[in-house]
Amino acid sequence: MEALFAIMIGTLTAGGVYLLLRARTFPVIVGLTLVSYAVNLFLFSMGRLQTGVPAVIGQGESYADPLPQALVLTAIVIGFAMTAFALALALRSLGEEGTDHVDGKDAEEGT
Amino acid sequence: MNHLPVLPVLLPMFAGAWLAMTTGGGRGSHRLLSLMATLLQIPLAAALIYRAGGGISVYALGNWPPPFGIVLVVDRLAALMLLTTAVLAVAALLYALRGDDEEGKSFHTLFQFQLMGINGAFLTGDLFNLFVCFEILLIASYGLLLHGSDRLRTRAGLSYVVLNITGSALFLIALGIFYGGAGTINMADLAVRIAGVPPPDAPLFGAAGALLWTAFGLKAAAFPLHFWLPRAYAAAAAPAAALFAVMTKVGIYAILRVDTLIFNRGAGVLAMFAHDWLWAAALITITLGAVGALAARNIGALVAYLVLSSVGVLLAAVVLGSREALVAGLYYLIHSTWISGALFLLAGVIARARGPAVAGLLIPGPPLGRPWFLSGLFFAGAVAVAGMPPFSGFLGKALLLAAAGDGPPALGLYTAVLGGGLLILIALSRAGSTLFWRQTETAAPGGTPDPVRLGAAVLLLAAAPILVIGAGPILAYLDGAAGQLLSPAVYIAEVLPHLTAPSGGSP
Repeated sequence: MEALFAIMIGTLTAGGVYLLLRARTFPVIVGLTLVSYAVNLFLFSMGRLQTGVPAVIGQGESYADPLPQALVLTAIVIGFAMTAFALALALRSLGEEGTDHVDGKDAEEGT
Repeated sequence: MNHLPVLPVLLPMFAGAWLAMTTGGGRGSHRLLSLMATLLQIPLAAALIYRAGGGISVYALGNWPPPFGIVLVVDRLAALMLLTTAVLAVAALLYALRGDDEEGKSFHTLFQFQLMGINGAFLTGDLFNLFVCFEILLIASYGLLLHGSDRLRTRAGLSYVVLNITGSALFLIALGIFYGGAGTINMADLAVRIAGVPPPDAPLFGAAGALLWTAFGLKAAAFPLHFWLPRAYAAAAAPAAALFAVMTKVGIYAILRVDTLIFNRGAGVLAMFAHDWLWAAALITITLGAVGALAARNIGALVAYLVLSSVGVLLAAVVLGSREALVAGLYYLIHSTWISGALFLLAGVIARARGPAVAGLLIPGPPLGRPWFLSGLFFAGAVAVAGMPPFSGFLGKALLLAAAGDGPPALGLYTAVLGGGLLILIALSRAGSTLFWRQTETAAPGGTPDPVRLGAAVLLLAAAPILVIGAGPILAYLDGAAGQLLSPAVYIAEVLPHLTAPSGGSP
């Protein structure tokens, strides 16, 4: 499971960074979303990966660490709000500039 | 338990929430509430400074004992940063009350939330809470940056937002590594664990430290993560830009806190982590800021590059890390926050008086109303920020250079600070002579400058002589602050009283 999880995070990060470096605002925002997914999964795994154990001490043989779950909840909420804001800003930039290039310049010199 | 330490966070939170909910109260009551809440920050911060003179006080939120709960820690440095922010905020708000707050929605709400985030970042003793405070201040700053929006602001805003979200992702990864490796994100507890980390695990924490420096360096706008700053600050409205003058200092504060508490001389393998890199970044930032100031074509951009240069000076002081260097750095920090805030406000007044056609562009424009007063203020601000006697910039830089000693670091620092100072002086004299002496024959469309706006700038500019006249007691206080920073064991013992041996690494 650990290997699968690690490959997952790596793939998400690689895809996210690739998209972040694009010159169009929409791929950049999708890239931000992928990176924040990767970060959230990474944070979550810091409590060690376990399945089927409660996050409460004394309820079973072993227990999952509840703190990363709390951290990741906070991070998800914040990341979601930030992404929504960036998306709204990108739409406004598209409306004002007439182009979705990240520098607001015309699109001729590449995508 | 005394609840004073949490008030600088709660007050703007409730004021901001109230302002957000009451839309029908009329602008007069909104302005009054916002002004009262901001003014109250000053006595609060003063009370905390008074209290911090007696030692470090710890406030456990919800009474959860550290390291399990979140703690607020008030030491001399945190209290000082609160006061610096409060004074700057009052001046920026006074300026905004003369009409800038009407150019867009929810100025006062965002302003209060920004203060909440900044104050929280200075007070917190928990790394994850620091992240949350960063996000609060950032999302409020996005709104303030776009306030009264035009095209330039939207464009500058987009890159600012994307960069900061990416920076937050790096911060979170660093937090994850710290928690996964050390099992704690309380700063004091983390300091204890890092000091006892076995050498095989050190690279992991080194990677986390490098990510932290990247995230904080982005907030502070240190080279090579500085590209967003001039564009964003130059595009922002004057009061927003003035308040942003303290945001880069939040990044510097975070670096200073983590460096002295966690990666200090006692941190074993990770002691003085990445100091060589930070030193180079500091010197390059000083130079780049000065060169950028020379190239700026707009007075807002010019002041933004001055902020950049001051970030380099502060970072250099943090890396030098001796008691004298920290005192000089903190003194320079107060100076540069207030004076750059004053210059942003002054730039706003000048741009307004020159009318929308030329605004802040450094080209000949119409003659200004009250030219002597305006140019006098600009001259005083320029002298202070360029580090010329008799004002506070000179004293701060002189103290820092004296603290550098006479080894190899001094060579680089002298060159960067003095050379940068010369370039800044040239840039400011050129800007000043263009603004005030080279004039077209048209009438000034802006009329005489608004007295309240000017008053807000004067309030901050007054810091330049006051910081020099009161240098004795201020430096004595700062010496105590630096002493606290350099004895992290005291901080750790206050936060975690149950640890009898702070240097031990046992969990």
